[in-house]
Amino acid sequence: MKISREDVLRVAELAYLDLSEGELEKYRAQVDEILEYIGKLNELDTTSVAPMAQVLTEMQSADATLREDLVVPCAVADEVLHLAPDPEPPYFRVPKVIER
Amino acid sequence: MALNMATMNTIGAVRDAVAAKRVSAREVAAEYYRRIAARNRELNAYLTLCEERAYKQADRVDAQVAAGKTLGPLAGVPVAVKDVISTRGIRTTCSSKILSNYIPPYDATAVTRLEAAGAVILGKTNCDEFAMGSSNENSAYGNVQNPAAPGRVPGGSSGGSAAAVAADLAVASLGTDTGGSIRQPGSFCGIPAMMGSYGRVSRYGLIAFASSLDRIGPFAHNVSDVATVLKVMAGRDPNDSTSTTAPVEDYPATLNHPVEGMKIGIPKEYFGAGMDAGVREKINAGIELLRKLGCHVREIQLPHTDYAIATYYIIATAEASSNLARYDGVRYGPRVEADSLISMYRKTRGAGFGAEVKRRIVLGTYVLSAGYYDAYYLKGQKVRALIAEDFRKAFSQVDAIVTPTSPVPPFKLGERDDDPLQMYLADIYTVTGSLAGLPGISVPCGRIGGKLPVGLQIIGPAFGEARVLQLAHAFEQAGGGTL
Repeated sequence: MKISREDVLRVAELAYLDLSEGELEKYRAQVDEILEYIGKLNELDTTSVAPMAQVLTEMQSADATLREDLVVPCAVADEVLHLAPDPEPPYFRVPKVIER
Repeated sequence: MALNMATMNTIGAVRDAVAAKRVSAREVAAEYYRRIAARNRELNAYLTLCEERAYKQADRVDAQVAAGKTLGPLAGVPVAVKDVISTRGIRTTCSSKILSNYIPPYDATAVTRLEAAGAVILGKTNCDEFAMGSSNENSAYGNVQNPAAPGRVPGGSSGGSAAAVAADLAVASLGTDTGGSIRQPGSFCGIPAMMGSYGRVSRYGLIAFASSLDRIGPFAHNVSDVATVLKVMAGRDPNDSTSTTAPVEDYPATLNHPVEGMKIGIPKEYFGAGMDAGVREKINAGIELLRKLGCHVREIQLPHTDYAIATYYIIATAEASSNLARYDGVRYGPRVEADSLISMYRKTRGAGFGAEVKRRIVLGTYVLSAGYYDAYYLKGQKVRALIAEDFRKAFSQVDAIVTPTSPVPPFKLGERDDDPLQMYLADIYTVTGSLAGLPGISVPCGRIGGKLPVGLQIIGPAFGEARVLQLAHAFEQAGGGTL
């Protein structure tokens, strides 16, 4: 067994995910099977391989990807706030964060 | 002579008729909405229709025709857009409950470019939730039926976009591909479907699943139309720093370049035990057809193929766990009220995400977490480099690589509900190209027993879209679809 119930609870906490008892066990078992399968990567010796975070080629030059740090107008507050579940313009209202 | 609306199914047919005033763009749009009204309940391909926007655009095109102005390459052409792609003012849900009421305040660049070319966007199509799935059975808004194979899945995650085109409810549609989600539904629904190289089409406005893998690409009825739509969308976008500066070639103009003499590699790892016998027969016939066209076919090796699924499901889920962290009930989407902020996050996400999404968030968070990052995520990135290197080496010997798109034909709805790993393993032929950033197309390659569509995949080197399209076009024109 690669992943325990406690592992899933910890992960759910990190991911801010409420899981029912049934979900907890179902995902534990499924993720366990997947992790077991993923273990096959250990068959490969990758000690001298550089990790590939992106597939960008020489065709995406640094010049093209960086821009000047300029301030531009961005007046989207009204449009964006009205999508929110509990707006109080110009704020998004949320339950209290800091306990006193 | 009355125009036969039943023939208005390709870009050429629609655009020519509209330009010649044999039909108005408005009438074409109305025809498509009639078809949608007749069949969408059964197919569930569309989630949202945007008639007001569509008719406004159609009228714009008709005004251009009346004024004798030059028309765009997609003038009057009805198009559907996968519901993970932002459309300003039109509900965009990612087929999830957590975005059930989300209305984007902006258009994706791909959408902007389609409309600038005259396309008429009819609506948003159903898909697997947050593009996670291979059968469109993970949508919060119901399954999609495969129009080419009743009772069977259309493939996923872009099932709705594939089904819409296959059922003539759109002339072309946009899908997204992260591990096969354009190519496989194209294969399952019997239509051509392509993803350009990573960075070929801007991801601005594409609601992210896995940022180093996601791509937007077209479905259409023929390869020529796929080429046209890809050309319209492709090109550098300052809003997407991963979009390439490489110039966009004129794909439609070079489609008919001869393929005689092209070197085709057949990777032996893709023809092993896991392939359905019916698929194998059709693909072998397809390869034979390529030989008849004058291509030089040879066996090649992609030795790290067997590790691709494991690599993909580490990287994609890790990136997804990060990209989906934003759905927390604060700024958009429904919120489950709670006494504390954390509790609100947990309840909102618990209620709003479906099972597959939760499973992938759990897996992705785990492989990134302290103590496991090196063993899983870092390892995955290293194996990704090995897989990309396999392809680089292969492309020093061949011009294109040909494989089946899927090891299995379209399966029955509900048949693969219980075993997520089994579902993942069927992505084997498509995740490799995704990991390596390469372009790939699926073209129809016959139907097993005359019924179940099979797709042939052509993979090209980075930014080799023109070559891939030429091969696909030649294959199609030589009767590849009816093998």
